[in-house]
Amino acid sequence: MATAEQSEGLTFHPMDQFIVKPLFGGDAVGMLTPTNVTLWMALTVLAITALFVLGTRGRAIIPSRMQSVAELAYGFVHKMVEDVAGKDALKFFPYIFTLFCFIVFSNFLGLLPKAFTTTSHIAVTAVMAVAVFLTVTIVGFVKNGAGFLSLFWVSSAPLALRPVLALIEIISYFVRPVSHSIRLAGNMMAGHAVIKVFAAFAPLILLSGIGVVVTPLSILAITAMYGLEILVAFIQAYVFTILTCVYLKDALHPHH
Amino acid sequence: MELAAAAALGKFIGAGLACIGMGGSAMGVGNVAGNFLAGALRNPSAAAGQTATLFIGIAFAEALGIFSFLVALLLMFAV
Amino acid sequence: MANTTTEAASEAAGHAAEAAGHAAESAGMPQLNFDHFPNQIFWLVVALIVIYFILSRIALPRIGGIIADRQSTITNDLAAAEDLKAKAEEAEKAYNQALIDARAEANKIVAEARADIQKDLDKATAKADAEIAAKAAESAKRIEEIRANAAKDVAEVAKSAAGDIVAAFGAKADAKTVTAAITERLKG
Repeated sequence: MATAEQSEGLTFHPMDQFIVKPLFGGDAVGMLTPTNVTLWMALTVLAITALFVLGTRGRAIIPSRMQSVAELAYGFVHKMVEDVAGKDALKFFPYIFTLFCFIVFSNFLGLLPKAFTTTSHIAVTAVMAVAVFLTVTIVGFVKNGAGFLSLFWVSSAPLALRPVLALIEIISYFVRPVSHSIRLAGNMMAGHAVIKVFAAFAPLILLSGIGVVVTPLSILAITAMYGLEILVAFIQAYVFTILTCVYLKDALHPHH
Repeated sequence: MELAAAAALGKFIGAGLACIGMGGSAMGVGNVAGNFLAGALRNPSAAAGQTATLFIGIAFAEALGIFSFLVALLLMFAV
Repeated sequence: MANTTTEAASEAAGHAAEAAGHAAESAGMPQLNFDHFPNQIFWLVVALIVIYFILSRIALPRIGGIIADRQSTITNDLAAAEDLKAKAEEAEKAYNQALIDARAEANKIVAEARADIQKDLDKATAKADAEIAAKAAESAKRIEEIRANAAKDVAEVAKSAAGDIVAAFGAKADAKTVTAAITERLKG
């Protein structure tokens, strides 16, 4: 590709950080091959275990730091599910909390230098989004039967408009998993790629005089982007979770 | 070969054009946040309950910018 | 025209194949490498299931339990505090009541003592007055007596002095006459 090399010798490989590689040599990536995906997902699991199992080991009434972080996360998601999706959605709380923890920990672990961001892969986010979509659809039909279809029939609109609105609603319903997954993967990928592009400008000071200006600027830009990415890492996990809650609310109470 | 060059040209122009969409999403996000702030300053007591709505709105607006960014990336790297 | 198009298309296809080969090496979007999808999906599902079981079996019941415990502890403590507060208020009321009672008692005792003292004082004053009056009367009597005695003594002295004087003159004093003379003189 033309962008791979620049005339000055700067190398731009902003997407290389997303390559899936087998952990123990070789090139073939089969279904069960331990890859860097495996490694970073295992780290995510370990981090979650450390925080939520080891951190709460004391079961103290007055919590330690770890325990209060765990309780904060619990309270945060619990309140979100209860406020957005209603009290009867609380039996899905472990499911939603699992998604939230996985995403937030993957995002933050992905911000470590040299890390692999599992959530920047559309395959990963799409599986989660489709899982949410299927759960919501199945729950909607099990709970409400055919009444779930009233979600698409906007009874407050004038009769003539309803078929048109129904079409739009159905399309938007099926676009949900797409936007749900691409939003997360796109955000993570975009931020990391931008950081990488700025990082590629940083060694310019070794190659040409203009580097005196460009290198500090790019380092500043990396720092700023990193700060933004920390924010985005959390907000995207929050958004993914809250949209899950919103979809769940539609499934449990389909009548507008 | 001219065709290949034209294809490359089109690819880059297309990627650049796709990035215009990100500007639109930037305006959208700013609009959401700004209106939220204006409303929150009028009625600060009601603001705390609406942060979830704020984030949902921002997420929807931002997603479209991400889509255009994705189109740019696809043009650059995948086509 | 059609000829050039097919030619161009084949060339483009060749270029695309070349590009794809290149992409496999370094560039391209790794996210769209469908060969890696099964691997990622497999490990994702494994990770999610593990997280789900860790959270739903161990962590969430524990955290929920901790929060419920804390809530009940706080509720109990608040109730206990309310209890203690009521007790404290009661104690304060009792204390105030005792204070008021004690003050009334003290006032009573003071009044009683004052009345007693007043009585004693009155009695003592009366007694002292009576004593003073008696003493004064006695004194008056004695003064009277002394005065009477003095008058009698004067008459006696005058009588003997007159008798002596008369005797000195060489005449025999008649006691009867002298006494009459002195009495007359004393009457003055």
